[in-house]
Amino acid sequence: MSDMSYVRSEMLPERAPPASSVGVIGWMRANLFSSVLNSILSIVSLVLVVWLLSAFLSWALSPTWSGTSVNNCRELSGGGHVACWGVIRERWVQLLFGFYPPEEYWRPMLAFALLFVAVTPVLFSMISRRMNWVMLCVVLGVTALYLGGLAGSIAGLALLALGAAIAYKALSTDKDARAAEIAEGAKRLPNPLIFTAIFPFLTPWLLWGGSLWLPIAAALGFVLAFYAYRYLAAVLGSLSGLILSVIVALVWWLFMAVPFGNAIGGIIPLDLVQVASRDFGGFMLSLTIGVVAIGCSLPIGIVLALGRQSDLFIVKTLCVGFIEFIRGVPLITLLFVASTLLNIFLPPGTNFDIILRVLIMVTLFASAYMAEVIRGGLAALPRGQYEAADALGLDYWKAQRLIIMPQALKISIPGIVSTFIGVFKDTTLVSIIGLLDPLGLSNSIRADANWIGLIWELYGFIALLFFVFCFSMSRYSMYLERRLRTDHR
Amino acid sequence: MKKTVFLGALTVAGLAAGASAAATLDDVKARGKLNCGVATGVPGFAAPDANGRWEGFDVAVCRAVAAAVLGDSDAVEFVPTTGKTRFTALASGEVDMLARNTTWTLSRDVDLKFTFVGVNYYDGQGFLVNKDLGVSSAKELDGATVCIQTGTTTELNLADFFRTNNMSYEPVPIETQAEALQQFNAGACDSYTTDASGLAAARSTFEDPSSAIIMPEIISKEPLGPLVRHGDNEWGDVVRWTLNALVTAEEFGVTSTNVAELSAAAGDNPEINRLLGTEGSLGEMLGLDADWARRAIASVGNYGEVFATNIGEDTPIGLARGLNAQWRDGGLIYSPPFR
Amino acid sequence: MTTTTDPHQASFRLSMLLYDSRYRSMTIQIIALIGFLTLLGWLFSNTANNLADLGKEPSFRFLSEPAGYDINQRLLEYTNRDTHMRAALMGLLNTLLVAALGCVTATILGVIIGVLRLSPNWIVSRLSAVYVEAFRNVPVLLWIVFTMAILIETLPAPKAFRGETPEATMKLFDSVAFTNRGTYIPEPLFSNTLGNLHFFGESSLRFDVSLDLILLAVLFFGGIFASIKIKRRADRIQEQTGDRPTTWYWSLGVIFVPTLIVMVALGFHLGYPELKGFNFKGGIYMRNSLIALWLALSLYTAAFIAEIVRAGILAISKGQTEAAGALGLRPNRTMNLVVLPQALRVIIPPLISNYLNLTKNSSLAIAVGYMDITGTLGGITMNQTGRELETVLLLMLVYLAISLTISAVMNWYNESVKLKER
Repeated sequence: MSDMSYVRSEMLPERAPPASSVGVIGWMRANLFSSVLNSILSIVSLVLVVWLLSAFLSWALSPTWSGTSVNNCRELSGGGHVACWGVIRERWVQLLFGFYPPEEYWRPMLAFALLFVAVTPVLFSMISRRMNWVMLCVVLGVTALYLGGLAGSIAGLALLALGAAIAYKALSTDKDARAAEIAEGAKRLPNPLIFTAIFPFLTPWLLWGGSLWLPIAAALGFVLAFYAYRYLAAVLGSLSGLILSVIVALVWWLFMAVPFGNAIGGIIPLDLVQVASRDFGGFMLSLTIGVVAIGCSLPIGIVLALGRQSDLFIVKTLCVGFIEFIRGVPLITLLFVASTLLNIFLPPGTNFDIILRVLIMVTLFASAYMAEVIRGGLAALPRGQYEAADALGLDYWKAQRLIIMPQALKISIPGIVSTFIGVFKDTTLVSIIGLLDPLGLSNSIRADANWIGLIWELYGFIALLFFVFCFSMSRYSMYLERRLRTDHR
Repeated sequence: MKKTVFLGALTVAGLAAGASAAATLDDVKARGKLNCGVATGVPGFAAPDANGRWEGFDVAVCRAVAAAVLGDSDAVEFVPTTGKTRFTALASGEVDMLARNTTWTLSRDVDLKFTFVGVNYYDGQGFLVNKDLGVSSAKELDGATVCIQTGTTTELNLADFFRTNNMSYEPVPIETQAEALQQFNAGACDSYTTDASGLAAARSTFEDPSSAIIMPEIISKEPLGPLVRHGDNEWGDVVRWTLNALVTAEEFGVTSTNVAELSAAAGDNPEINRLLGTEGSLGEMLGLDADWARRAIASVGNYGEVFATNIGEDTPIGLARGLNAQWRDGGLIYSPPFR
Repeated sequence: MTTTTDPHQASFRLSMLLYDSRYRSMTIQIIALIGFLTLLGWLFSNTANNLADLGKEPSFRFLSEPAGYDINQRLLEYTNRDTHMRAALMGLLNTLLVAALGCVTATILGVIIGVLRLSPNWIVSRLSAVYVEAFRNVPVLLWIVFTMAILIETLPAPKAFRGETPEATMKLFDSVAFTNRGTYIPEPLFSNTLGNLHFFGESSLRFDVSLDLILLAVLFFGGIFASIKIKRRADRIQEQTGDRPTTWYWSLGVIFVPTLIVMVALGFHLGYPELKGFNFKGGIYMRNSLIALWLALSLYTAAFIAEIVRAGILAISKGQTEAAGALGLRPNRTMNLVVLPQALRVIIPPLISNYLNLTKNSSLAIAVGYMDITGTLGGITMNQTGRELETVLLLMLVYLAISLTISAVMNWYNESVKLKER
């Protein structure tokens, strides 16, 4: 009796799902042909893709890489509507660097690599402090090796060795062990943000050349202001301390920095070949304008955002007026100001060249947008943070510096990155006022008798450069948004 | 951060750019570089090559002035300017001189306050038309679509021409010549109008240059020449006489090849001697040394050589001398005497 | 009394301006104001000095001088003898035209792409993603010149329409001609026209309005108003009796019948473009510069709008849809009454800023030779008169006015749809 059973006591073996719902067919059924409408859409899209791709490929795949002129390309390809890639082969360096002296190309490249090193600790918090220093050592080491010479080789090898040592150490000790060492009082590597702070002074020197002492003198202004603040704040209170230290810094910059730099430069010259900014061109110009504008607009934007949030009526009105004015007019009109009016606004005799004027106007433009981004960050901060800071008895500036800003800026990073993408794309507008950014250069190249009539190759190349840049940055910003979101939940 | 980048850049700017308007010659000498405004790209007149070296007919004037003043024809910073930015660049002192296909007009001279120091190319506005349109005169262009480079006097000339002839037309304003040619070749405009030299230069670059013809009508006078700011006559003189030196050199047969020989010692022709500084002190009067004209001629050649190497009949541009022949040959190119 | 011995009033010291929080904010503000005014004064005096040096007195007299140049696309009548002021007005109208066209198409396209990106269809959603990324990550100026180049290179020239066996023919029953100069479409004409209304005499702002169009517009919008009344009435009857009277033919009737009758009375017919001489004549001529700018701006902005729409729809939690379903609403009613009103609240603010961006980006018209206000006032007028300061100032003010108006209108709309929080 007991072994008789009408109820199945063991599971049936699993059967494979029907062929129509798994594998390629299943996937297609679910994702492409789930309904009549979807099927039509899928087929139309497929036809479109195939048509576009075939048209593009038949144009792009042409053996004209070695062409020396439009006519030469026609011979090479045997006629027909195909690309003439010779123009890219001949001019891609120009499209990247403009008229920057070729023997100095390492400088913008180094500046670019250092830019990555400098922003890494800010943007990629998962990369450890040691790896940051490894990156810096590798970049500098490779540059030194490239520059060659005995000193360069020795310095390069030394830097690479140092980098390798740090990397080995970093990889061989695990996180917990290292944490234990630090707890016992082992030395930590310096914070890589130090380099981030040095970078803004280093880059102008790298790009424009001249004496290293001038940027050092400029940096000294900040150091002076810092110590003046420390000392004076203790004596006179924080607000007067702040005002006085700003005055100290201004006096230093306006009257003492240049003579100081020149004097030391006369004793220990540390010079790079000077490059006039009008030799900047091509993609490098776009990047320089974009990075400088964003870098400079960050502090201005913070001030404007704080001003806009403040209870002081006049300050608030001024900030709102500035922000809304800049956001209300197109960038091109600001560039007209840069190209035709800025010199008129400044004291007679002042004369920046056009690229510096453009930098100034684009910076103003970016700072209005930056202010709005940062205001968004401030607004997103829970009210409790402000109240907690007040409860701790912190004054306004301390609260901003220690509590509000670090959090608000962190929330704002995706917005800052999008602003950067926007400004970077907008740098193409400088071609309208005659600067030779990639688009402006493409006009000059098309004025060359050899390459007259070429459009798609040049536009395509420029579009690709911009796309690669902006796309990777927007991906990064999305990644960051996702991460920030998980932080909050 | 903001202030330092600014400051660093400012220092560089301070080193690169000169101060005020008055003594341009001293500024140029102190700077060791001549800032010269040129077009962003006009075939034969001004365009950068693959190495970024500027070449062209207008560029040669800048190089000659640099050679005369600084002794080095490469001591020039070329500042590309558009039709819109050129006058501001000159007025603000960003460039010391402008050599950029600029037409000498009363209002530019008087109202915009620039001194045109001479004419290096006598031009006139013409029309380029596709041959298979079957048009033989600009008067038959009633109702046509005309491509035109914006920001120049050609716009006003065109409006006047069609108005006086009681014809209608459709202007298509375009920023750069490259785009204008693209539209013309695609048939998006029936005619392209600009200075006749520019038309010839443009036509030379066509796959089949004979497919387009230049209409016989020249609807305007376009004396093109280098210009400087009002109010600095010394500097104006330097540029004017450098240009004149090139012209005189051609008139008296001084070329870049024989100039070294001719200037070694005073020769039989007193005009050549004065020009090359082996006699008299013309260079000193200009605030330069005696050798100034020799350097200018040696670096770029005389006017005829400049013409021939950049836009002459043996170049792809293929312009005939025409009005720009020496006065002895029936042209308008005429230099006041070196005396 | 305590008032006489109040220590605060008795001992006002200068340092209180800095340390007393009652005065401190005042001090800071006054310092800021003085700083700002100093800066402004400094800029003004510099400008005055420099202009005096250049011998250019700022003056707006040039606005009343003849412009001397022609403008191809004029929405009002204009010749090259008209003033710079009128030339600027033509430019302004062109700017507004392309901005309005662009905003409409960008919104339609953006909504479609945004919805398609959420489609379960793999290839469609991927293609939409590719579209969005391609347009967002390449400068708009490049797209504008690119679109222009495509139009010029791929469409036939007018001469291709000529001859016995033309290479190209007009499309849509010989009514539309696509050429590489522009597109010609039929234009509405009235054989018994009522004439025009003329405003502002002979001044630079003069304009004509066609009485025919006014009449038609009045009838059409009157019809729409009447149909709304009919709908209200139907609603009322439905509430009272539970039965909704069929009204759709009434609605259609009041909208279209009067309009159609008047159109017939006015002798409405279409004027078709015809190839005459160098170009097509007749019909409405949409220049390629307009089309390129319009298309490029719409496509570019649509990519941003698509992202906004997608985010807006995703922001509405699934619970809302499910709750609506539980109430027994049909899917399209759910969309209309539940999802869309909430999503709009998320969508509208960024949408406004994209409209603003599009309007500002229309200033890039200069790259394709579209004569917007940057091309006329900030382009040719500035070149021909050499009045940089005045023209740029005017240009900025015009754009500022446009931007502020758009934000004001949109913010007002935004207020009206905002969730009323208490």
